[in-house]
Amino acid sequence: MTPARRLLDAKDRLWVPVLLLAGWEWLSRSGYIPPALLPAPSRVFMSWADWIFAIDEYTQDAAGRWLKDALASSARVFAGYLIAALLGIGLGVSIGWSRLVEKTIEPTLQMLRPIPPVSWIPLAIIWFGIADRPAIFLVFLGAFFPILMNTIHGVKTVNRDLLRAAAMAGAKERQLLRFVVVPAAMPSIFAGLRIGVGSAWMLTVTAEMVAVKSGLGYVLWDSYYFLRYDMVIASMISIGLLGFLTDLVVKLVMQRLLRWQHAGTVQGTR
Amino acid sequence: MSFIQLDHIVKAFHDPQRDTRTLAIDDVSLSVERNQFLCLLGPSGCGKSTLLNMIAGFEKPTEGTVRVGGSPVEGPGADRGMVFQQPNLMPWLPVWDNIAFALKIQGAPRQARMDAAQPFIEAVKLRGFERHFPSELSGGMAQRVGIARALLQNPAVILMDEPFAALDAQTKLEMQEELVAIWERYRSTIVFVTHSVDEALILGTQVAIMTHRPGRIRELIEVDLPRPRDVTSPVFNELKRHVLAMIREEALLAREDRADAA
Repeated sequence: MTPARRLLDAKDRLWVPVLLLAGWEWLSRSGYIPPALLPAPSRVFMSWADWIFAIDEYTQDAAGRWLKDALASSARVFAGYLIAALLGIGLGVSIGWSRLVEKTIEPTLQMLRPIPPVSWIPLAIIWFGIADRPAIFLVFLGAFFPILMNTIHGVKTVNRDLLRAAAMAGAKERQLLRFVVVPAAMPSIFAGLRIGVGSAWMLTVTAEMVAVKSGLGYVLWDSYYFLRYDMVIASMISIGLLGFLTDLVVKLVMQRLLRWQHAGTVQGTR
Repeated sequence: MSFIQLDHIVKAFHDPQRDTRTLAIDDVSLSVERNQFLCLLGPSGCGKSTLLNMIAGFEKPTEGTVRVGGSPVEGPGADRGMVFQQPNLMPWLPVWDNIAFALKIQGAPRQARMDAAQPFIEAVKLRGFERHFPSELSGGMAQRVGIARALLQNPAVILMDEPFAALDAQTKLEMQEELVAIWERYRSTIVFVTHSVDEALILGTQVAIMTHRPGRIRELIEVDLPRPRDVTSPVFNELKRHVLAMIREEALLAREDRADAA
């Protein structure tokens, strides 16, 4: 592809979003749609900037508090996700490897799995109160099952011949798990981790709308009560952006750890 | 006592679903002296791989004992090296770490594993490919890694289960030559399973020809032709004719057995 062609491609990609934004700005300013219902993108951008940097206090209480809100949400995502990853991978490996653990534990987990995590909200509130913990609990529930299921699948589909080769090299059960089963299941585990990170953000925001008094989800819901749709949209964009960045981090870790999967041919000296 | 000793091995497989018992190996005794290269040759289904798996420790004989270096085989272990039909390399480990896999299991540090792998990387001519992943290797190169891994575990005993069967003819010839060089250099004792008469006669100091199921040793041939062996020489061809006739007869008998059973 020539550089000119590539530039054109980049421009092609921008056409639709630019037109959409321009149309939205025009609709809002011309008064066809009342700005109270759909604030113009420029308005949203200014409010967002004020929320982050406290420029003109247009967003009142929220001005300058964005980082604090974003960190509050991120911390909940991180805590819930970490617990889900540790438990999901740990239990997944045991269930996938041991017939006994599979028989005793898996049926119970499979019964809990179809219950949507959000339906746990009432119980989460009475158990944990209005604070970080119900949100962390929900994030955990949402991320745990995809990580667990994918880990089980990865462990169960390990190539038996690799286990034979490792046994011949002197590996006993513990070493088979550590040096063969877990690395072989890594692609599946990461598939689960990436699905889990999406659920994690979804559930943090849901929990913050209902059961927590801080974070981006709380700002979103609170702004809705005060008819501040500029802030609602700014919150939506913030959540989307953080979700995208978190997924990117997981993806980069994955590419680093799984680079053996994408190694090319003998000639392709990367 | 011989280095590898099989005493009156019987192996029967029980099929619990049909409640039938299949006799795979019927009273095989073999002794392999140090530095011998024994090829197990036979028609498919004669139990030659089963026999090798019992030396490796993946399967237990129903009757009889397998001893390596005087002690009975209890299970798979790093005191014997094995090369499989497929290379069976860990796809997430680079070449050097696959070769030193037995040391990784023992918890040896990185530098020690690298140092230990290096001479075997040279021995199988993979210098410059140390950091490649298995997905970047051709079939022949991957099998070289498999051989190096077995050598690092224990160059004294190498078990090979049709390791060149999946390679193209040219690569196969090259690998056979190099295997002979490695065997001479490390003074290994090799048990090599194959269904190719040529391969057995090119490689082996001894060739054990097995009968069709249940497997027995039909004939044990000492091959003392000079190396490198000339596959076009009259002596080689005479030997080959003799062996082929036996194999053909066994394959025919196997077919008749199947027809009777049906």
